[in-house]
Amino acid sequence: MKSVLGDRKAIAILLGPALLVYTLFMLVPVVWSFGYTFVRGNALEGFRFAGLANFTRLFTDPDVIEAFGFTLKYAVLMTVGQVVLGYGLALLYTFVLRRSSAIIRTLVFFPVVVPTVAIAILYQKLFQSAPRDGLVNELLVNVGLSGVDWLGSGNTAFLVIVIMDVWRSMGFYGVLIFAGLLDIPEDIIESARIDGARQWSLFRHIVLPLSLPILFSSIIFSINGTIKVFDSVFALTGGGPGNDTTPLTLYMYRTAFAFSDYGYGSTIALLLTIMCLVVTLFIFRSSRRDVTA
Amino acid sequence: MTTAFKRGRIRPVTGAIALLGASALLLTGCGGGGGGGAAETGTQEPDKLTYLKNAENTNIEPVLEELAGDQCADANEALPLEVSSIPQADLDGQIQLLASQDALPVMFAAAGTPAEGAKLWKAGKLLDFEKELEELGVLDMIEPAAISTIENLYGGAFDFLPFQFNIEGIFYNKAMFAEQGISEPQTWDELVAAAEKFKAAGVTPFTASGEQGWPITRLISSYLFRSLGPDALQKVADGDAKLTDPEYVEAAQAVADLGANGYFGENIASLDIDSSYNEILTGNAAMMYMGTWFLQSANDPEKNKVGIDNIGFMPFPAVEGGEGSIDQYPANVGLPQTFGAATYTPKVGDWLKCITENYGQVALEQSGSISGFKAKEPVEGLPTLTQDVQERIAGSETSVLWFEALFNAKAGQDSSKNAALLVTGQITPEDFMSLLQTDLDNG
Repeated sequence: MKSVLGDRKAIAILLGPALLVYTLFMLVPVVWSFGYTFVRGNALEGFRFAGLANFTRLFTDPDVIEAFGFTLKYAVLMTVGQVVLGYGLALLYTFVLRRSSAIIRTLVFFPVVVPTVAIAILYQKLFQSAPRDGLVNELLVNVGLSGVDWLGSGNTAFLVIVIMDVWRSMGFYGVLIFAGLLDIPEDIIESARIDGARQWSLFRHIVLPLSLPILFSSIIFSINGTIKVFDSVFALTGGGPGNDTTPLTLYMYRTAFAFSDYGYGSTIALLLTIMCLVVTLFIFRSSRRDVTA
Repeated sequence: MTTAFKRGRIRPVTGAIALLGASALLLTGCGGGGGGGAAETGTQEPDKLTYLKNAENTNIEPVLEELAGDQCADANEALPLEVSSIPQADLDGQIQLLASQDALPVMFAAAGTPAEGAKLWKAGKLLDFEKELEELGVLDMIEPAAISTIENLYGGAFDFLPFQFNIEGIFYNKAMFAEQGISEPQTWDELVAAAEKFKAAGVTPFTASGEQGWPITRLISSYLFRSLGPDALQKVADGDAKLTDPEYVEAAQAVADLGANGYFGENIASLDIDSSYNEILTGNAAMMYMGTWFLQSANDPEKNKVGIDNIGFMPFPAVEGGEGSIDQYPANVGLPQTFGAATYTPKVGDWLKCITENYGQVALEQSGSISGFKAKEPVEGLPTLTQDVQERIAGSETSVLWFEALFNAKAGQDSSKNAALLVTGQITPEDFMSLLQTDLDNG
């Protein structure tokens, strides 16, 4: 094996195809898109050089600031929601349900495999307020409260998006962390029990430290996924009402393809790329440390 | 050892070749798919009359289906009609992408924003109907007023077809007006007083789709055309006035006040267009601002539960002391449909000729809806509401546009998306107008 990896030709042949595909489908479009940041126009009308105009606009555009804020708020809240609830589920599977957890695991995991658009339509109906109330408003009215126009106001629409996305994805994090918890040796837990560790102290001093690596991976997964949120928001609220639930991705898409401004759309894409890069660098830096130490 | 080394060396090479082969396949697969799609509609003769429409438009498809089975059966046999649809909000983007790949359908809806339609025309993607219809000998089947509306809006040419020819105004429930002893309001103040009376009587005065937004912004533009005159929005487009000027903000304020007073009923922000139609057609609301394409629903006894004779149509009222006049109706051809220039072949020409000759007649007969295509012969027994609208169209001398007609795509979308927030008090009239002015300034 050593001799194969020492052979430059073999390395080139092994890496070549992957590198070629990566270059063609990732690097070339990224560089291309970067080139677009200096122009205005679109494929239909042609492009004209715009200098740094797109960048000056980026820093003064209130829509970008709003979308940036929404993206961050969403990413933080979702990551906390997904990982905490996922962890809770994993603990439930491992310590409470034990061997009989398979059915519950399957049920909770089910929304992960359902298409996002289907889930969004389901939630639209659940939280519907016009022309007639959906299930949630029906319940509110039945207990004497008044119905809410959930998707008609920014704050409540944001809440519905978070509830929907956490419900949709917590099963995945549950299974992911469950796999990590299974790796904790039974004898360590057993000996801690013999030493008198109960419930909270067992969790605090044994389970939590030993599950930190998988928790950390979950956080990475979650941030990476949520910072690029598009499909669920697009299908549920379309970014509305107004631009109240528009993440950067959706604003970028609209700018490029609905407002036919490829240049400014690419500039927003660059901002997103930098955001992802910063998060990735931050994660890689912290992952060099041994979190179990 | 030697054998092992040899084996080890051969395997990765074979694997690499397999990988290379797979990637080559993948690449050619992707490339072939994209290229094929473009070639199919871009340079080859189409084998179907592919028609991409905005999902919100439900008027045209039933008429085309009827034509396909009857008057245009021959054209349909040569080139079968195939309809697909996408939401109106995504239309401009989709059309632009297809246009840049030379993959436009044979017939399609376009120009949610008129400026986008003009771009398509300038890029040479649209058929020149003046030339083609002249050649087919059917140009005289189009209402001249419809042609001039299209020329004014979409880049100065006859590049879209008037499948609809609408004016806009307020549809109202006659029985409810009679019950409250209210006559057609002639001024904005009378309209507001009527709304107050309805609200006090427990009737929802207005319905409008906040989900779509434009039924609300139409109220702002109508107010502007009455208060500042028919060129109010042209001045904004030319840079001679700004939406943030006090007289423009006043219009947004007036409409926001309707919402603040609770005249739109509850949950207007989430109400979709069909549900807003239902509100008036089932007697839940007294008034609705809408274009006359609504006649199709109003004339349908399945949908209209209050009876066709019970629905009236009135112009948007005057604003006291304003420069506009009550008989200046907003006129348009709906969200227009057109034919691609690249896919126009003699077979498509047969379809085009047949549509031009028969659409007006069939649309009137089928649903009483008015188009810019002339009817070959007078249609008897039209509902009074349709006749009333026909007379108003014929008698109207000056027409006005709608709020977003001269906006760019972003201003258009921000306007529609924020309209519901305006009438629910989540954005102030000043902020609303300033948001749109910023969009216009950014071009």
